[in-house]
Amino acid sequence: MMGSENLDSEEAHMYASREEMENLVLDEPSNNNNGTKSFSDYRSAMSSLADTHHPLSSPMAEPADSDPLLTPPPFRDFRNPNVATDNSSYIEPPSYSDVIFSPFDENAVNEINGVDSPGRSSDSSGFLSKSTSSSSDYVKITVSNPQKEQETSNSLVPGGNTYVTYLITTRTNIPGHNGSEFSVRRRFKDVVTLSDRLAESYRGFFIPPRPDKNVVESQVMQKQEFVEQRRVALEKYLRRLAGHPVIRKSDELKVFLQVQGKLPLPTSTDVASRMLDGAVKLPKQLFGESVAVAPHEVVQPAKGGRDLLRIFKELKQSMANDWGGSKPPVVEEDKEFLKKKERMHDLEQQLSNASQQAESLVKAQQDMGETMGELGLAFIKLTKFENEEAIFNSQRARAADMKNVATAAVKASRFYRELNAQTVKHLDTLHEYLGLMLSVHGAFSDRSSALLTVQTLISELSSLHLRAEKLEAASSKIFGGDRSRIRKIEELKETIRVTEDAKHVATGEYERIKENNRNELERLGRERRADFLNMLKGFVLNQVECVWIDIRPSLVVVSAYRVGISWVTIKARTAVVIESQEAVRFAEVEEQLIPFQLESHYTRKEAEMLEADFKNLQIGVRHDVEGVEKEHMLTKQDEVLVAGVRGMRWDAVELPFQFRENLDGHCNALWRYAARYYIYEGDMPFYEEDR
Amino acid sequence: MITVVNYQSATLLSPQRSSSGSSHSPRSSSSQPYLSISVTEPVKLGNGVQAYISYRVITKTNFPEYQGPEKIVIRRYSDFVWLRDRLFEKYKGVFIPPLPEKSTVEKFRFSAEFIELRRQALDIFVNRIASHHELQQSEDLRTFLQADEETMERLRSQETGIFKKKPADLMQIFKEMQTRVSDVVLGKEKPVEESNPEYEKLKNYIFELENHLSEAQKHAYRLVKRHKELGQSLSDFGKAAKLLGACEGHALGKAFSDLGTKSETLSVRLQKEAHQLLMNFEEPLKDYVRAVQSIKATIAERANAFRHQCELAETIKLKEINLDKLMLTRSDKVGEAELEYKELKAESEEATRRFENIVRVMNEEIVRFQDQKTQDMGIAFHQFAKGQSRLANNIADAWRSLLPKLEACLS
Repeated sequence: MMGSENLDSEEAHMYASREEMENLVLDEPSNNNNGTKSFSDYRSAMSSLADTHHPLSSPMAEPADSDPLLTPPPFRDFRNPNVATDNSSYIEPPSYSDVIFSPFDENAVNEINGVDSPGRSSDSSGFLSKSTSSSSDYVKITVSNPQKEQETSNSLVPGGNTYVTYLITTRTNIPGHNGSEFSVRRRFKDVVTLSDRLAESYRGFFIPPRPDKNVVESQVMQKQEFVEQRRVALEKYLRRLAGHPVIRKSDELKVFLQVQGKLPLPTSTDVASRMLDGAVKLPKQLFGESVAVAPHEVVQPAKGGRDLLRIFKELKQSMANDWGGSKPPVVEEDKEFLKKKERMHDLEQQLSNASQQAESLVKAQQDMGETMGELGLAFIKLTKFENEEAIFNSQRARAADMKNVATAAVKASRFYRELNAQTVKHLDTLHEYLGLMLSVHGAFSDRSSALLTVQTLISELSSLHLRAEKLEAASSKIFGGDRSRIRKIEELKETIRVTEDAKHVATGEYERIKENNRNELERLGRERRADFLNMLKGFVLNQVECVWIDIRPSLVVVSAYRVGISWVTIKARTAVVIESQEAVRFAEVEEQLIPFQLESHYTRKEAEMLEADFKNLQIGVRHDVEGVEKEHMLTKQDEVLVAGVRGMRWDAVELPFQFRENLDGHCNALWRYAARYYIYEGDMPFYEEDR
Repeated sequence: MITVVNYQSATLLSPQRSSSGSSHSPRSSSSQPYLSISVTEPVKLGNGVQAYISYRVITKTNFPEYQGPEKIVIRRYSDFVWLRDRLFEKYKGVFIPPLPEKSTVEKFRFSAEFIELRRQALDIFVNRIASHHELQQSEDLRTFLQADEETMERLRSQETGIFKKKPADLMQIFKEMQTRVSDVVLGKEKPVEESNPEYEKLKNYIFELENHLSEAQKHAYRLVKRHKELGQSLSDFGKAAKLLGACEGHALGKAFSDLGTKSETLSVRLQKEAHQLLMNFEEPLKDYVRAVQSIKATIAERANAFRHQCELAETIKLKEINLDKLMLTRSDKVGEAELEYKELKAESEEATRRFENIVRVMNEEIVRFQDQKTQDMGIAFHQFAKGQSRLANNIADAWRSLLPKLEACLS
């Protein structure tokens, strides 16, 4: 417990210092989401720590209650312009209900919020196959709170053997579970067991692939980093399982998610004992006449060690198939299946190609962003230098200009980074499906191994029949019969009967697997379609948004932001001024507006429009300040909820409104970003100071 | 007598110019003196190491010193170098506009992009000279713009040989070399250096500026490369998406192939934008790196003049003492010594005058340089911002146009 607490706070510290670093580098308050996010990480980690004694608590299950800072309102109106026109939505704390319009939107919003933030990725992953799970019944799984524990058994050195358990919290409304919310602690080994059980019971299904054991990484990587990575992977995996229409109802998963204490599922016998088992069996199988395979065993693929003879036989059969000596009695006759298999193969190749290209695209985008940032920094340096060394006024004027460009470039690089993070999220679908292809292969090989079993049994049956016939013929020649021979024939017949049974079972299993294969292929096709379309849409939307807010608007934003900051200070000052019963100096407001007029990169018309807007704005500000005077006297209280947005000064919220009211239409974007900067950056120091 | 042709506008890197280059018409009325030059139609001549590019240099002017209103000559890069060197020799203290650097790597390839970049840079170079109030009256410029190819060739080959220089010059060069070497050997102990704090500051500024500018230029160049790379991977991604689409069913396949097509078109846009960025943003930055380097050459020139002046002053002092001694001893060498002294004195005065001239010219030039830099940088930044926003808009538009289709697919 202590260990993990340290771990978390350390992590938060790490984030914080990174944020500081970025702020330093950029030489101005940055708007990167990391800042607020690390904070939230830290907080959620803290709250989860505080809640661990309560088994039912789900620390991350309520994003709706998260800080309004974390759900940037400016982004919402991108999704749905109707919200933007509705002013009240900015005063109301953003509730999740109006953020979620459709599954897609939910994803998108969360992805924007939770870029790179594992702690908040509660909704962003696991969107695979979400499309099929109807909204009426859901299983929501959260993996959280990794804890180090001691291995109780056979540890000679205390502390030498530790493992990590994860709190797995499930919320569901599917009947059949006890309760709608429960949580258990599981370790990675248990997950391995679960996946093994599932693979045995659900042959022919496309079971989502389990996260790798990563033995090497666990040694090499930073402990906490590794645990975090695994936690995310496990969450993803379990969500995918829960998203599978058949497996989500499986007893194995239910048991895994619900039963407290040790996992009751039979752990598959480890290799050593299995070998031993097989070795004991081997002589009996080799010498004894009862070569029959028990019917219940044929439904399982031949496993190493347990029934070596069967493996030998099936190997022989497959060799016979390969060499074409004898035509196997049962062949893969489903032409359509073969075609589909072929297509799957094609698809896999294209998928891997596409995912590779996607990766390089992401890389290129990242490089672009980085270079843009570097360029920006170089210009900032140059600007600083020019300013310091300036001899002529023209230099200074240009330096101001240059600074705008530089800041814009830095901003653009941030946008690129944001864009990239989201692109990764979207194109991740490709990777997910590539991973899924592995399980498709598994399902197909299940099928072929079942087929092989059937083939082996059939050929064995025929050879048994042959032997029986021979024996019968031989015994019929000798009149009266040979008692031992008759016994042998009877034994043989018994064997034939058992084998026949086994064959039936095996054929049944094969048919079942075939059926599963077909259903799963259909399901996969359906889901893939939906997921891919969602992916495409997300990707495209993303590109539209993120790139669109590139340089030019950010040139405005730079100034808007500057003005914004100064306004906040003016506001702060007015508060003081009001207290000391002094007049407000409007000249300062006007001074702050000058940077806007300096924007030279505008066409005349644009500039004129802007100017007119700012004239109005100035007037508005006058009114506003007067209003503030009155309001301030009335609402001088710490009742934050009165302000509408929780935890924020109401006038910080009011300001963007002022912006908005005056800058409608073409200046919408300006307002949006100004508002955004307010909420992210402008407010924070103000808020802190205010305390 | 001649009003300066609005040199600022002459040196603007206007995009029209960079794109076409030949659309250079005299923009002022005949009453106003003008001199406008365009470097056009680069043609590759020769093979292998011998290969070079020749340009058509078109001059339009109403200067009385010129033969006619329009003159077309064929020039190659080394002719430009000749012009630069001549001007540098003659106009001490003036910041001679920089030439694009000689590239040994490109020599074997002469990519279209390189040729165009160089043509643009040469155009700017010669126009800057033409708009400089002093340089534009240079005889060498007239020669360069009007002489036929053979004359030019002869002049060029003469210039490149050292024999053109007078022996005294040679001695001077040798001496300079010596002092330079001793400077290096003695390290800090530079015998004669100007210790004017203002000038120190200026020098410092120029050196720092070079660092900053070249860093910015480096990043700009990388940005150009990144644009190209992003374009490339976008097109690859598009192709992959198309292939993936071919594996999928109708609607989905269509969506994928739409995406692929869009990606490919965008990649073309990106490549174009990369080119624009190279021409209108990176190249001006590079141009200024070069300009700063040329200023450094002038600074070195000034240092030389200063040193020369100091050395002469020192010698005069010695001579004076010597003369006084001779006067006292009433040696018959007095007359000779006096003559020598006078000569030296005249030379020293000349050197001082030259140095002072350089200082004066440089002070003027710095103002001009800053003005021009401000102007050109502003344009470069404007181009950069414009290009980026254009690109961003294009990308956004392209993707947005894809959205309805996808929506249709989804529903």
